[in-house]
Amino acid sequence: MSEYDVIIIGGGPAGLTAALYTARARLKTLLLEKIAPGGQAALAWTIENYPGFPEGIGGAELMDRFRKQAEKYELEIKSGEVVKVNVSSEDERYKNKLEKVVNTEKEEYKTVALIVATGTRPRKLEVPGEERLIGKGVSYCATCDGPLFKNRKVVVVGGGDAAVKEALFLSKFAEKVTLIHRREELRASKIIEERAVSNPKLEFIWKSIVTEILGETEVKGVKVRNLETGKDLTLETKGVFVHIGTAPNTGFLKGVVEMDEEGFIITDENMETSVKGIYACGDVRKKLLRQVVTACGEGATAGFAAGQYVGKWKDKTKI
Amino acid sequence: MEIVLNDENFKEEVLDSKVPVLVDFWAEWCAPCLMVVPAIEEISRKYAGRLKVGKLNVDENPLTSAKYGIQSIPTFIIFKNGKVLGQTAGAMPREGLEAKIGEILDE
Repeated sequence: MSEYDVIIIGGGPAGLTAALYTARARLKTLLLEKIAPGGQAALAWTIENYPGFPEGIGGAELMDRFRKQAEKYELEIKSGEVVKVNVSSEDERYKNKLEKVVNTEKEEYKTVALIVATGTRPRKLEVPGEERLIGKGVSYCATCDGPLFKNRKVVVVGGGDAAVKEALFLSKFAEKVTLIHRREELRASKIIEERAVSNPKLEFIWKSIVTEILGETEVKGVKVRNLETGKDLTLETKGVFVHIGTAPNTGFLKGVVEMDEEGFIITDENMETSVKGIYACGDVRKKLLRQVVTACGEGATAGFAAGQYVGKWKDKTKI
Repeated sequence: MEIVLNDENFKEEVLDSKVPVLVDFWAEWCAPCLMVVPAIEEISRKYAGRLKVGKLNVDENPLTSAKYGIQSIPTFIIFKNGKVLGQTAGAMPREGLEAKIGEILDE
């Protein structure tokens, strides 16, 4: 079994920043990533609120720079989805100096400290038709699929920052973008909201939810219910982009560390979870603001704190 | 090595192929498409001789993309004897893609 000082799960901005700090601290570090480094940030068309890039920067390019910077130091990156984490103190010598065992489907790794930076995934609508039509008009990523809807009518569901940004991106290609939101006003940052309201291709349906996605082999329309009047209407559309929030990727940690009711990980101010030596950073944490810039700060703290933990562990166990 | 597919050579390289073909529908602006590039290269090497791997740019080849109803990329389709045997949309880990390939090659 391969042994490490620190294992970091997830290669988005939080994980890559944590890796930069642990690798520079000369800790033996492994970063496990499900597909490839970058995380959800890599899907952002442009990031305008990460300081240092006054013109904005593409999410994929920014994440590529993060990866290159971390890889300048000794860092191992492997692909693999973590399915299980065990915390053991069975060995008498290490009593109270917990070790962690991390399993992917094929491999098993042992580590002193663990940093969880697994981020979030898009929340689904959970309405009839959605599952059947994923990839056939239902999408959770406008920057991935938006350009395929050139001169078509599309719908965006949601009213937060992500939803409105995606609607603006789609307006570059689509004939018309209809944003369906359950509230009466947007919950996006002011500058994004201003752009949305003045965009001639954007239309809004307020106080309404999507109750069904129509079409057998491809999206043909959506059923929309007005929450105030209770009335239904059918809207013709080729694409449905769902941006109604995110869910944390923490299924593999159930029962290991403390989480809130939605599964976001609870940490102290040093990013330590309810288990000593396990840290969490980035979008997967219970917190107020999920951005690249906050993920970086947390990643740095988690990396540094993990380093301190490993140092103490080595002093005590003298190995 | 992955081959570059287009509307013109699709029939010859994919539909008439003697071995199964994995087609990666992609575009330059698609970040998840770029994320899976190393995985696709690895698969191409690993299954050389048993599986052909091809990439089709959806922007440059609208006919083939429309024919297979590509509305999300990356989309991976596995063809055998000119027929679609499996289709999946969205970036996925190499292991997941290999599992699907394995099922089809074992048949």
